[in-house]
Amino acid sequence: MKVTRPKLSWWERTYFPAILKGLAITLSHIPKIKKRVTLEYPEVRWALPPQYRGAPILLTGLDGNEKCTSCKLCEFICPPRAIRIVAEETSLEKEKRPKEFDIDMGLCIFCGYCQEVCPVEAIWLKDEYEMADYDRTNLIFNKEQLLARGRKPPYLPGREKPLEEPK
Amino acid sequence: MTGIWAIVIPAFVKILVIIAVVMTGVAYTTLAERKVSAWMQDRKGPNRAGPFGLLQPVADGIKFFFKEDITPKEAYRPIYLLAPLLTLFPALITFAVIPFGTSVTVAGQTYPLAIAPGMNLGIVYLLAISSMSVYGILLAGWSSGSKYSLMGALRGASQVISYELGIGLAVLSIVLWTGTFDFNAIVADQTGGWGKVWFFIPHFLAFVVFTVSIFAETNRLPFDLPEGESEIVGGYHTEYSGLRFAMFFMGEYANMITASAFVVLLFFGGWNLPFVRYEWFGPLWGGLLSMVVFFSKIAVCLFIFIWVRWTLPRFRYDQLMTLGWRRLFPLAVLNFVLVATWLLLRGRP
Repeated sequence: MKVTRPKLSWWERTYFPAILKGLAITLSHIPKIKKRVTLEYPEVRWALPPQYRGAPILLTGLDGNEKCTSCKLCEFICPPRAIRIVAEETSLEKEKRPKEFDIDMGLCIFCGYCQEVCPVEAIWLKDEYEMADYDRTNLIFNKEQLLARGRKPPYLPGREKPLEEPK
Repeated sequence: MTGIWAIVIPAFVKILVIIAVVMTGVAYTTLAERKVSAWMQDRKGPNRAGPFGLLQPVADGIKFFFKEDITPKEAYRPIYLLAPLLTLFPALITFAVIPFGTSVTVAGQTYPLAIAPGMNLGIVYLLAISSMSVYGILLAGWSSGSKYSLMGALRGASQVISYELGIGLAVLSIVLWTGTFDFNAIVADQTGGWGKVWFFIPHFLAFVVFTVSIFAETNRLPFDLPEGESEIVGGYHTEYSGLRFAMFFMGEYANMITASAFVVLLFFGGWNLPFVRYEWFGPLWGGLLSMVVFFSKIAVCLFIFIWVRWTLPRFRYDQLMTLGWRRLFPLAVLNFVLVATWLLLRGRP
């Protein structure tokens, strides 16, 4: 590519016009009080977009039990291997449920692959982003914590507690 | 109050006032730097510590106190510990010769507003001491035992030495014009009477050379190569932390205040304002007013320092040397020759 260099006059070559122009631009920004972009964080918060990927949660199904069927696809796809699932049998229709479901938030990279790969839409990355802690062991979220983070759906009419496992 | 005390006590009071004003000035210049830069970038700047962030310098000071003071293993300890002092100390003692007002009369005694009043070699002293600040940079960089520090120190030394020529020649043309090294006489020459204007008008060339050179002398952007963050980490103070780093920091800002005072005295009529005579306000209030005017002018200069810093990008090293040696130095020589020729042919107007 041919770069054409503009022929500068001697006055332009002293840098003064460019310097003065730059100084005028920076000065003109000082009185623009209305245009300040600073967000004073703890008090004012950013409106999160609906697709925001924050801390993962586990959803509870309409029957009151966790939706997860312990297929382990998320465990398999997770790039930093932050998810660990121990499966167990259940007499519910889904036949399989997670006995333990741990996500190490110290490893999680918020890629959202688990959410994308989940066949039953049980795991979601929601809008929580303040997870700092002084102890790394607190950053391993177990199944109860993950379920508690997810909002419970309203139970079906006439049912106030989770569906019992048939014996 | 007789004998030696009549000299020592006023001098001591003046030193206290100057140290207080300069150190407060340094603290609030750092805040102004952050605030102005924020406004120029459409941000709000520090506003948590106190109203409008006015206590931010205090918070910064406390933070510096509690930071760990680290000496690298490779550092040469005696010089490593000495270098921050060598930066801050010259920056502060330059104020010994800078007159900061006319004079005040208290209880029948008249005190000139300068720590060393009537020093008739003030400019020479100021140039000599401000050149010493390069030792702080050089020794800090060398004794840190770090390649980044060493590079920063080398750049700093060559830059300060190169641009001192410009400063020296610009000042020399003023000295030639006024025929004195005394700040009071130079200030008096710029005001009060027909044809006496602030020197930045008749000596515009010297003013430009001098201003550009003090930006380099105080290591401010666009000439902050000794501490160019994006190239050599922190430059000569890479290895310093805690209060020792704070000393470099304060030294830089104190140098800015000294340089601003220098500009104001040489080119902007010192503490004088056009069409205003301090005799109108009486011997005490006139003196205090002159002091306020002088420090206000310094504040304007400091704002320009900050303004330029947040506008212009950094020079490349060869551009810096080209500007110093091939543009400013010939300009300064030309200006000096012009002034000398004028004086020879026409004399003082």
